[in-house]
Amino acid sequence: MTIQHHINDPLLVSYASGGLSEGWSLLVATHAALCPTCRDRVSAAEAIGGALIEALEPVPLSHCAYADVIGRLDTNITVETDVAEKPVVLAESPLPEPLRSYALVSQDEVLPWRRLGLGAFHIPILMQDTTMSARLLRIPAGRPVPEHGHGGLELTLVLSGAFMDGEDRFGPGDVQEANEDLIHTPHAVAGEDCICLAITDAPLRFSSRIVRMMQPLLNI
Amino acid sequence: MIAQRKVISIQGKPARDPAIIDSSVKIVECIRTAMVGRNGGVALNDNLVAVANTRDREAFAELFGHFAPRIKAFMLKRGCDSAAAEEIAQMTLVTVWRKATLFKPQKASAATWVFTIARNLHIDTIRKSKRPAPDPTDPFFVPMPEKPADMSIAEQQDANKVQAAISTLPSEQQDVLRLSFYEEKSHGEIAKQLGVPLGTVKSRMRLAFGKIRNVIGDIE
Repeated sequence: MTIQHHINDPLLVSYASGGLSEGWSLLVATHAALCPTCRDRVSAAEAIGGALIEALEPVPLSHCAYADVIGRLDTNITVETDVAEKPVVLAESPLPEPLRSYALVSQDEVLPWRRLGLGAFHIPILMQDTTMSARLLRIPAGRPVPEHGHGGLELTLVLSGAFMDGEDRFGPGDVQEANEDLIHTPHAVAGEDCICLAITDAPLRFSSRIVRMMQPLLNI
Repeated sequence: MIAQRKVISIQGKPARDPAIIDSSVKIVECIRTAMVGRNGGVALNDNLVAVANTRDREAFAELFGHFAPRIKAFMLKRGCDSAAAEEIAQMTLVTVWRKATLFKPQKASAATWVFTIARNLHIDTIRKSKRPAPDPTDPFFVPMPEKPADMSIAEQQDANKVQAAISTLPSEQQDVLRLSFYEEKSHGEIAKQLGVPLGTVKSRMRLAFGKIRNVIGDIE
């Protein structure tokens, strides 16, 4: 997998600092699971956090703090190591963690796709953070998403298949960033359905009046 | 006690009230502080490895003396009251003990690793929010391609080196890093606080991160 479109610097630094909300973090983390380059960049940004902690003037702890911590060590003698639980593997589409746990409501191996119309399907993703909306989208091979603009920021991460937007091709692992200035009609590439994770902080603005009328019913 | 007096005279300033921190911790902290900065970072890494390999209590006491008061200072900056800041500092050190075997000295410095633990504990326990992260044990996780390493990342990302890089940035770029890492502010909140457009915050973040990556040798 050769990833061409990565997470932008400000978003990545914000993920490293801890200031990024759950929805954006889900997309950044899922991209990072597929992209060793961006994991390196996250580590570099976390080194800023390490350096800034070192630069802080220490604030003394209460006099019993050390004894308290030593006491807690003795009650927690288990040493944690990387032990993998047996993961649920989907035959139909590779969804990396942390996305898979969000997309699968039960331990079923089947993704709960819902019909969206025009041959497309979606799975709304429930998050604690209700200020933004996240969904898995499945666009049928060779078909367009109706032309739309954006009320805010939308990030799309391709998981399988690919889509074209103008001259740009977005394949597995690629991230597209769309803001208020972009009105587009992305097309799924022929041959394979395009499955992607789409996250936005404001509803899309479809150009077609019919699609707009359908929006509240489809909850997109 | 002789060692302690000697260190105090080197530093030329009186030690803090002996009641504040357990005295054994205090001595090791003084010794550590008296070391040359660059060696300090390496010593902390070695201490972490010693805790992982042999459950070394002395090494842990050094880590406690160095990091707990800094994590407390860090949490006060993130808006915690004194009790909550102290609790996160203690939990961070308990986690350091329990998860020491997961510390990879070739991947990050001790300060950076401890920063990520404190960051995650704050998100979990204070913000009661989620920060999705990749899972290296997941079958769809794309591993790092093997590459010859001339210098370990920990060495490149040594906290002193990153600190020096931060100090050479223009003050407005340092400000966005501090607001992001210390106060965990989103780009929107930083823009509001500084009274500048969102795009300005993002471009300062991009410039700052670019320069720091140049210094620590992570150039794509």
